[in-house]
Amino acid sequence: MSEDKLTISKIRDGTVIDHIAAGKGLIIPHILGMNVDSEDIFTVLVNAQSSHMGKKDIVKIQNRELKEKELNLVALIASDATINIIKNFKVTDKRKVVLPKHIEGLLKCLNSSCITNNDPEATTSFDVVSRAPLVLQCSYCSIDMNELEILNQLSGK
Amino acid sequence: MKNVISSADLSRKEIEGIFASADKFKKGTAKTSLKGKIVALAFFEPSTRTYNSFDAAAKKLGAEVIGFKSDIDTSITKGESFADTIRIISSYADCVVIRHKFDGAARFATQVTQKPVINAGDGKHEHPTQSLIDLYTVKTVFGRVDGLVYGIVGDLKYGRAAHSLIYTLTKFKPKRVHMVAPKHLRVEKEALSSIGYEYDEVDDIMDVANDVDVLYVTRIQKERFADELEYEKLKGSYKVDNGVVNALKSNAIIMHPLPRVNEIDREVDKSSKARYFEQAANGVPVRMALLDSILGGKNE
Repeated sequence: MSEDKLTISKIRDGTVIDHIAAGKGLIIPHILGMNVDSEDIFTVLVNAQSSHMGKKDIVKIQNRELKEKELNLVALIASDATINIIKNFKVTDKRKVVLPKHIEGLLKCLNSSCITNNDPEATTSFDVVSRAPLVLQCSYCSIDMNELEILNQLSGK
Repeated sequence: MKNVISSADLSRKEIEGIFASADKFKKGTAKTSLKGKIVALAFFEPSTRTYNSFDAAAKKLGAEVIGFKSDIDTSITKGESFADTIRIISSYADCVVIRHKFDGAARFATQVTQKPVINAGDGKHEHPTQSLIDLYTVKTVFGRVDGLVYGIVGDLKYGRAAHSLIYTLTKFKPKRVHMVAPKHLRVEKEALSSIGYEYDEVDDIMDVANDVDVLYVTRIQKERFADELEYEKLKGSYKVDNGVVNALKSNAIIMHPLPRVNEIDREVDKSSKARYFEQAANGVPVRMALLDSILGGKNE
């Protein structure tokens, strides 16, 4: 990471999400429920220089480690992101996000006549049928959802 | 085999096993019995052929039948959920046959009951037992499913019978499949993504009439249209009449999952190529074979 040279300071404890494709970093706080009403302190760095990616976004979240469900959400938006767990200014754990084979409960099916949109007990479930480009298929009604549709839904568009 | 929710749930070997068993039930040489078993028919949406053929199939096998033909007669009208209705009715039976207007309802039902679930049509999604009947009929006429040219005509966007036929054919080796539909009623991209056989999409039946062995006609699914005006625009898009019949090869057959509206002219019924009533009659032996397979019938 080239954070040493960045204009924003390091965090003492928390999570740094690195290698987010440029332009997608601003969505990450939204999908993780971080906003002015939450207690989270976070920074989004947009268009940071990257030797591998050209430009990238970075999200730094203080005093919070992301849960599995939250990591899956990040993976839906930024499949190449790296998660760095920071303790006392040091990286204690570093790993790539991994998109699971099935996505449970995080997204709404686009098909209005899908059972998941019509029965309160039916939790959404999607199978990852393609990773690049990302395509999910509803396990119930078999309707596909592409990357743009996922992005629009998660960003509230 | 436990649940039959999607055409993907059945292997070619299982399908051929059902066909062989259906042959025995049709000839009256099968000796198995489901005496002591209870089959629940949970039909939340109207049905004639599917309901009655499952009913007849279960009774011919000696099983008892419980259930309902419409959600009007159930506690759904009092606000009971689909999930609770399935929990209750499945607790009284050995398997549940479900028809519902929502896509994926049968798949969801498998999560709220341990009993076997058979999908008898879920919204515009799938109707896997219909495609078993369809291909069983093809097999009884031609002696095979492989190597034939199929023309699947009509509402390929909303038609669940067409969807299941398209998926089930992936287990076989059709020579090619022509999907004939107006642009607005063509197959969704998802259904085409897993097809391993040669296919094309055309607008007009006459473009493929002299090539097909099996002309499979479907009804435009009026009840699936959100916009009635769109239905009105499309409802007369295609029709099979004697002009089409005469353009078909001499040994070609015409099938339809029924009910039909106006997409097959009544005059076609007189043609020896019209096999849709025979196809509907095959519903009983095929569903007998399926129930026997799932519920493990015992020799009498």
